[in-house]
Amino acid sequence: MAVELRDASVRLGGRSVWSEVDLVVGEGEFVAVLGPNGAGKSTLLGVLLGLLALERGSVSVLGGGAGAHNDRIGYLPQRRVFDASTRVRGVDVVRLGLDGRRWGVPLPGAERFSARARSERARVAEAIERVGASGYARRPIGECSGGEQQRLLIAQALVRRPRMLLLDEPLDGLDLPNQASVAGLVQEICRTQGVTVLLVAHDVNPLLPYLDRVLYLAGGRAAMGTPAEVVTSETLSDLYGSAIEVLRTSDGRVVVVGQPEAPHHHGPRHELRGRGPGQVLG
Amino acid sequence: MNAHFTLDLAADVRELLAYPFMVNALQAAGIAAVMAAVTGWFMVLRRETFAGHTLSMMSFPGAAAAALAGLPLAAGYFAFCAGGALVVAGTGVAGTGSRPASGRGAEAQRAAAIGTVGAGALAIGFVLLSVYGGVLENLESLLFGSIFGVTRGEVLTLAIVAVCTLACLAVLGRPLLFASVDGMLAGASGVPVGAVSTAFLVLLGLAVAATAQITGILLVFALLVAPAAIARELTPRIALGLTLSVVFGLTVAWLGLALSYFTNYSAGFFTTSAAVALFALARAARRLGVVR
Repeated sequence: MAVELRDASVRLGGRSVWSEVDLVVGEGEFVAVLGPNGAGKSTLLGVLLGLLALERGSVSVLGGGAGAHNDRIGYLPQRRVFDASTRVRGVDVVRLGLDGRRWGVPLPGAERFSARARSERARVAEAIERVGASGYARRPIGECSGGEQQRLLIAQALVRRPRMLLLDEPLDGLDLPNQASVAGLVQEICRTQGVTVLLVAHDVNPLLPYLDRVLYLAGGRAAMGTPAEVVTSETLSDLYGSAIEVLRTSDGRVVVVGQPEAPHHHGPRHELRGRGPGQVLG
Repeated sequence: MNAHFTLDLAADVRELLAYPFMVNALQAAGIAAVMAAVTGWFMVLRRETFAGHTLSMMSFPGAAAAALAGLPLAAGYFAFCAGGALVVAGTGVAGTGSRPASGRGAEAQRAAAIGTVGAGALAIGFVLLSVYGGVLENLESLLFGSIFGVTRGEVLTLAIVAVCTLACLAVLGRPLLFASVDGMLAGASGVPVGAVSTAFLVLLGLAVAATAQITGILLVFALLVAPAAIARELTPRIALGLTLSVVFGLTVAWLGLALSYFTNYSAGFFTTSAAVALFALARAARRLGVVR
């Protein structure tokens, strides 16, 4: 299996984020990680990368401890914005995913005599091709649209041919057609290359056609299963400890009603997203 | 000096190179220009122009302290600019090209802190000056540079500092680029972003100190910012951008000296004017779509 958490608890700044979480993610599975702001979705990715330590319990990632196999994990941190003044080409940003940690500078013209330099160039081109970004990879990334930037960043996460992708809100800030196409792209990578995917999202709807299972974090606890099992009035009411109603529209979308206001805590980004009851999300 | 500008450019260059003081000046300006162009390219990429500006102000108390202690001014420049870099580094993790949508607040706070450091540097400079008793004799050359008085020893010092700085930048290379473009992911991938950023600021401090000795404190930016800014307008490519930055830096530095020699107006004036003019041209070219 790709990920296994046993009786895991984590604290951040003295606050318990979630506790007694048990979960297993199989190889090649596409799992969406859902839940309100502050529920610990990004924290979970941090734990899997070994950036945050568990308070209690155990974690195993790709058959080793957390952080042991980070070179086989492609990570896409929470949405980053390259503003228009970022005058660096997309292809160079993708390449940093491959060699950005290596000290020194590449020798000019190294491809003429170094097989490694040639194969690295090919890998960058392959990752860009994979996400369909060849058309704009040579433009400054700051001039690319949000969807184009997100594809380039996914290419950056893919460039080391990872066995697992940890994607933190890759759909955030994209319009609906782009959300669907990025979700579809992630599923395709998952299916054709057997890459395990954990994708943090706000809204389950754009992901519903593509994902295998959801992990719902709320109220310091977790529930995992298919959307039909987890995103239900009973499970969510139990997680939140208050009455939640899940409605399913005729076109298959999910609406969650009565979700309590997310707890306000540090980090200005949370203030930007007030979320009242009755909003469409999973 | 009997400077005669003729239409025979080869003869003009021969005349320039006939005087040892002029050769020293051209070498010193060339070394400073290369150093400033490379560090400046990273500085502009990292949006640390304001930090660079603040570091240039460190030259003032540095020179005053060196004068007070009876040391060569260069020692004061290098010590204060590098030390100032550590203070600036202490104001927070350096800026990066990518940020969460709400990173503006932290950036503004850091800019305010850096500005305060700069004000403090000026205050210290004035105190040292008054302790020194009277006017630092070459205050004007401190502010505007004294390129024609450069000695062999100073050229050599400059060359050693430049080689060390550029070698360190080459070692930092890709991780510095990674941390500059995408600090968040660089950190998550194991790049020591804080250490790399601090190291870069110290190198920037050294480049600023070297340049300030040539152009004077007030005109540091002609060699530090302008060549990098021009290169950025012309290309988003990394190696090409660095190369162009060096080419433009050398061009404006040497052009400024030559024009100054033949006209007796200040080299800083010509260097800065040429840099500004090139920047305006490059920006116009990009706006008009001649380059992308």
